Amino acid sequence: MKNFAHSWKVRVGLGLLAVYGLLALFGPALNSLLGLDPRAIDYGATGQPPSAAHWLGTTTGGEDVLAQVLAGTRGSVVVGLIAGILSTAIAVLVGVIGTFAGGKADACTTFLTNLFLVLPVFPLILVVAGYLQGGGVLMIGLLIGFFGWPGGARTLRAQTLSLRNRDFIVAMRMLGERRWRLVFVETMPHLAGWTSAMFLHAVVGAVLAEAGLAFLGITSPDAVSWGTMIQQANQQSALLRGLWWWFVPPGACIALLGLAAGLVNFGIDEIANPRLKAARRSLVKQVDKRARTIAARPEPVEQEIPR
Amino acid sequence: MNDSPRNDAPRDEVLLEVRNLTVEYVQPAPEPGVVACRDLTFDLHRGEILGVAGESGCGKSSLITALTRLQRMPAVTTDGEIWLHRDGGPPVDLVRLSERALRRLRWSEIAIVMQSAMDALNPVMRLGAQFADALREHHRGMNKKAAWARAAELVAMVGISPDRLRAYPHELSGGMRQRASIALALACEPALVVMDEPTTAVDVVMQRQILSQVLHMRARLGFAVVFVTHDLSLLLELADRIAIMYAGRVVEMGAARDLYSDPQHPYTRGLRDSFPPLFAPRQELHGIPGSPPSLTNPPPGCAFHPRCARRFEPCDDRTPLLMPRGGGHVACHLHSTAGNDAGPVPKEMSL
Amino acid sequence: MTESSLLIADEPGALPAPGSAARRGRRASRWLPLLRRTGFYLAAAWAAITANFLIPRLMPGDPAEAILRQFQKTSGGEQLPPGAIDNIRALFGDPKTNLFQQYLDYLGNLAHLDFGVSVSRFPVPVSDLIATGLPWTLMLAGVATLLAFVIGVVLGIVTGWRPGRLTDSVLTPLAMFTTSVPYFWVALLAVWVLAFHLHWFPLSGGYSPDEAPGSFGYLLSVLHYGILPVATIVFASAGSWLMGMRNMTVTTISEDYVQLGRAKGLSTWRVMTRYGARNAILPSFTSFALALGHVVGGSLLTEMVFSYPGIGFLLFDAIDKRDYPLMQAVFLLITLATLFANFVADSVYSLLDPRTREVS
Repeated sequence: MKNFAHSWKVRVGLGLLAVYGLLALFGPALNSLLGLDPRAIDYGATGQPPSAAHWLGTTTGGEDVLAQVLAGTRGSVVVGLIAGILSTAIAVLVGVIGTFAGGKADACTTFLTNLFLVLPVFPLILVVAGYLQGGGVLMIGLLIGFFGWPGGARTLRAQTLSLRNRDFIVAMRMLGERRWRLVFVETMPHLAGWTSAMFLHAVVGAVLAEAGLAFLGITSPDAVSWGTMIQQANQQSALLRGLWWWFVPPGACIALLGLAAGLVNFGIDEIANPRLKAARRSLVKQVDKRARTIAARPEPVEQEIPR
Repeated sequence: MNDSPRNDAPRDEVLLEVRNLTVEYVQPAPEPGVVACRDLTFDLHRGEILGVAGESGCGKSSLITALTRLQRMPAVTTDGEIWLHRDGGPPVDLVRLSERALRRLRWSEIAIVMQSAMDALNPVMRLGAQFADALREHHRGMNKKAAWARAAELVAMVGISPDRLRAYPHELSGGMRQRASIALALACEPALVVMDEPTTAVDVVMQRQILSQVLHMRARLGFAVVFVTHDLSLLLELADRIAIMYAGRVVEMGAARDLYSDPQHPYTRGLRDSFPPLFAPRQELHGIPGSPPSLTNPPPGCAFHPRCARRFEPCDDRTPLLMPRGGGHVACHLHSTAGNDAGPVPKEMSL
Repeated sequence: MTESSLLIADEPGALPAPGSAARRGRRASRWLPLLRRTGFYLAAAWAAITANFLIPRLMPGDPAEAILRQFQKTSGGEQLPPGAIDNIRALFGDPKTNLFQQYLDYLGNLAHLDFGVSVSRFPVPVSDLIATGLPWTLMLAGVATLLAFVIGVVLGIVTGWRPGRLTDSVLTPLAMFTTSVPYFWVALLAVWVLAFHLHWFPLSGGYSPDEAPGSFGYLLSVLHYGILPVATIVFASAGSWLMGMRNMTVTTISEDYVQLGRAKGLSTWRVMTRYGARNAILPSFTSFALALGHVVGGSLLTEMVFSYPGIGFLLFDAIDKRDYPLMQAVFLLITLATLFANFVADSVYSLLDPRTREVS
């Protein structure tokens, strides 16, 4: 855990994630603090570029973009969390418990994982959402979560398989420890790191998926999220009218969130895999410097070796 | 194994002169580097087998990667010279040699056998192809067919049927892989073969078979060997000379028989008594108390003093130097006469 | 992280000592992995087809009824021929017949490539619509996936071979950023900057309407119109290949066999390709399925941004206009195409890794 805070990548990533978390919690409150309302229409300023009155400009409908971005954070993060929790839960159920159950149950869950892995998930969500005809934030989140677990389940299965054969688990099994205790008390704590990385990944993936679905018009009409913002901007041809302040901020928010998760994951990889850690730039520079010093000693460096 | 081939090989001609070799593992900025090998100085003669023994973390693996210039990221040779004498040519310093020039010496002069042959053979290439690419790299104009034919001869020498050349590494048994690695190392008839614990991953029967094959091939081809292991008793059967490493330094070096019958350093004695000899009657074993020192923060003075039963006043703060003693060398205050411990490092340490 | 391939046994141990019996057994088992793989994908295809059958029937309400209502609306009160109604019932469910009979009818229709008629573009058969859209999507997604794979893998080898050096410290953070950007947003930005402001590329569409289809000028226009959509997909998806390949390469180059390749005095190029990259690339094929899913979803969205005449745009249109027959057929096609691509990737993987060819 000490290493954890050591990596600047993890620190920056977690910091960014914390900012998003705070915005999701307090975004609406912040809006009212700033005297903003995502639904309020300023008839005097439609489609205006950023100004003192509207820091991020307004939409063609005269709505404040900043207010929408702040409000949209909650919409996007809530969908991400719902989907993340659901898909992580299914992944744990299928990946860990399925593996421990062994035998036919394991074969079944493995087949299911592989099946969902090779199916194109996004079109699947799209079609199901299309049949369901809209639905609220909760439904979108559940849908994304329901189809988003197979990658995580596969990773967890591989980890569980290797854990299951470790001495301490084998010993516990020999001692007749009950299976649920083996899974939850002995095994799960060792998978906590993997599971939390997976959860993070799932949340960000869900935010991206929600944005994609909203862009296609699959969203509830009253929801405000980054995805709906981009969709509305696109529908009003913000692009062709040059209203960049409308569609750039929500996309940038998503990209930055993804980057934060990427940084955390990369940092964790570096901590978990010492070979990647050795590849850090600061260290490489030092090693190069030392190597150059010795190579540059007076004796001839280039000696011709006849074959 | 019992008829000693130790005297067959030519022993007068120097092959490798290692001088003040120091290897460091560079640490992120404010921290000082970890010194894995400090000030190693020794000679190796043509056809000689030098055993290097020590516990894990004593710097013997770092010595290997420095000799072969296969260091991985944070490891750097920060001081010293490794002079390689070649037939019909001036000696070259392997430490400073450019990578391009070094490439020609690799495998044709210096080859390596790694600890685990499973990891050392490329899993996606057929065994024969792994011989062929080395052979064709160093014998310009050798065609593929000739290379495979030569590979067949080489594996036959270690008792592997030539039709196994078509196999992938995972299709061979552990012992077969290790013997194939040894045959591979001899492909270009190098003057020096560095072996990094090549017998730890195989069972005792196979271990003995591999050792006798190494001795047999050495007698036939005359290459020198640096053989690194933690198993001193194994070296006693195999090596002409043995160097004992502790905390990055050589603490004792001498002829294998002398080292066994009359170890000078308390650590050597401890090491000898903690392993059963391969071919000797059973006797009581004694371990060495304590654990190997940390290289990041080595104890002051003689690095062995916290574990040494015979330590006395100078051991705590003064580092003993490697001094001639009997037929060999030892770095221990028990054997140093007054004033010796500040003297210069002897240049020539051959027997 | 070590991920075992989808279908390959976890760790094939060393095979027993050579013997004619063992060798014969090995020859026979050569076909086993291929059979298992084919079996799995056939099962997956069956599952997809069945899901396509079940989903509309599990949904609340009666999609078939909705379709029929939609029909009346779009066709201006025109009566449907009885055959068409039966057809829609077969595809989307008829409460009056039992489910199993419906399933058989559905499979029968599929076997004749009969997906019914489009509701939104009545009375064009769905199969016709798909036939016009499919080549575009296959080209767009195929070219983009291939390019992204090649570019990402090559750059991943370059950055991973010398980790911590300049190329690595520039490209790796960049890749991390591009993988986290939404595809359609990149596409929007690209249209805005490169097409709208700089006029380098057309704003939307798949070909120039001024050229006669089949002419040389038409083909050129297809290329010209395709550059931006392909480029955005490549931009947004190459990064994940790069990151995966980079990390695998960093891990692989410190493997003993790569060190041994260097020790043999082989050229850097040979060590890098035959020893390093050749091994490092293997996990890329096992994670192909996950990456492909992203590319498929991403290219659907990209088609929307560019109004590209592929089946992604068709799907979007179908959902928008509640054209269920079209929706169902497009989804089935996308699924089968994805399954096929995964099958190919799995097969390539087992060709590349001798350890998976023979499962003991």
